[in-house]
Formats: sequence, structure tokens, C-alpha cells
Amino acid sequence: MEPINSGIYLLIGAALFSIGLAVVVLKRHAIMVLMGIELMLNAVNLNLIAFSQYDPDRLQGQMFSLFVMIVAAAEAAIALAIILQVYRHFRTVQLDEVNELRK
Amino acid sequence: MVQIVFYLFILLTLGSAFGVLLTRNVLYAAFFLLLTLLGVAGLFVLAGADFLAVSQIMIYVGGVLVLIIFGVMLTHTKDAGQTDFTRPNYVLTRHRGWLWALVVAGGIFSVLYSALVRANFVLFGREPFFESTVDTIGRQLMTEFVVPFEIAGVLLLVALIGASTLAASSRPDR
Repeated sequence: MEPINSGIYLLIGAALFSIGLAVVVLKRHAIMVLMGIELMLNAVNLNLIAFSQYDPDRLQGQMFSLFVMIVAAAEAAIALAIILQVYRHFRTVQLDEVNELRK
Repeated sequence: MVQIVFYLFILLTLGSAFGVLLTRNVLYAAFFLLLTLLGVAGLFVLAGADFLAVSQIMIYVGGVLVLIIFGVMLTHTKDAGQTDFTRPNYVLTRHRGWLWALVVAGGIFSVLYSALVRANFVLFGREPFFESTVDTIGRQLMTEFVVPFEIAGVLLLVALIGASTLAASSRPDR
């Protein structure tokens, strides 16, 4: 297997992170914002794994990105539960219309 | 050959990430996110992280994405009494202004790009390693990372209980 230039991984990670950030800033739907956060977490994992390839004895990057995945799964579950409660309360998930604590 | 597959996976990942950014339909965005996550899993394989690629597919595609699609469907309403002119249709999301998103994301990308192109990492000069990482990850999880591993288990339990408590109806009369 011929080696791949690992610098490209960092560039893909940067691009994916920027796209995720743009999704978070741009979208009004709460679930879209959640998807943007998932994209940003994936970009970080890509960086960690690009470096971890050269550390075969301890694989610290891969271990760290495994824990990032676990935290991302927990975060998605909690966020969707909160979004469901917000939807029950306001009957909308458009973030610009959810602007008061009680109604 | 490997290079061609690598560039195809890059194209899949970034193209469908742009799809998430550009589409206005939340359900289409979820399916574009599925393609993005599959592309990232392919990139993981090409970086020698086979275990992480499989767990990426299992956790994200099998878990998080199903949850997101459930969330989209549970929060979807067609407001029959209101027309599309006063309220948005709820599968379609409107954009806030394009300007600030472009400025923030483009600015961060250009800063990162100029830094990464000029950077010279010593680690990348070494010989890369292509072998199965399952053995090492299992050994590391039980020796060096055993405390974070246990804490992650407790975190997942707390998240499970918290999510089911939060999502349960808070008012029993409704």
C-alpha cells in the first residue's frame, strides 16, 4: 500500500470544519445545527487519525478520537431530547422563533 | 489505484458536506450527512484506522443518524392553517444571512489553509504504519486508557438516563 500524503488529511479536516461551522451559523432549524456540530467533530477526528498513523505503538490519536465519538453520541442523544421538549413547548424548532424561556 | 480511491473519498466527503450546507430540506441534509460520514469512514480506512472506521459506521450511521432522522420526523408539522408566506414549511429551513456565515467559515478556512500549507510536521516524515489496529486498541483500552474507558461507560449511562428523562413528557396530564 503506497503511502498517502497526510497533509491532505489536515486540509480535508479544515474544509470539513469550516463547512460545519457555516452550517451552524447559517441554518435556522435546530437539527441542522446539530448536524453541523457532528460535521465539526468528524473534522477533528480526521486530524487526530492522520497523526495517529505514525504512532503505531500507543495509537493515542485513535484512542482520543474513539472517546470523541462516544461523547458525540451522548451529545446527540441529549440534544435531540432537548429539541423534542422544545418542540412540545413551542410547536416549532426554528431557532429564531424560540426566543423566550416561557410562553 | 489507492490514490484514485482516496480522491474519490475526498470528493464524496466534501461534496456531500457542501450538500448539507446548500440544501434547504432537512431530510435531504440528513441523507447528505450519511454520505459524508461514509466518506469519512473511507478516509479512516486509508489512514490505517480500520477499527475506527467500523466504529464510525456503527456509531454515526447506525446510531446518531437514525436518531437525527427520528428527530426530523417527530418534529415535523404541516401547519394547515397557515400559508407558506407567513410561516415556513417545517421540513424546509430558511437561511439566516449568507454574509456572516461566509465571512466566518471562509476566514477560518483561509487561516487554517495558509497555516497548514506552510507547516512542516516532523511526524509525517516517518514511515506510516499499515496493520490492523484492533489488537493495539484493545490492549490500550485495558491498560493505559482504562480510567477514561470506565468514565466513558458512566457517561453513556448518564446520557441514556438523561435523554429518556428529558424526552419523557414532563406533564402527565397531557
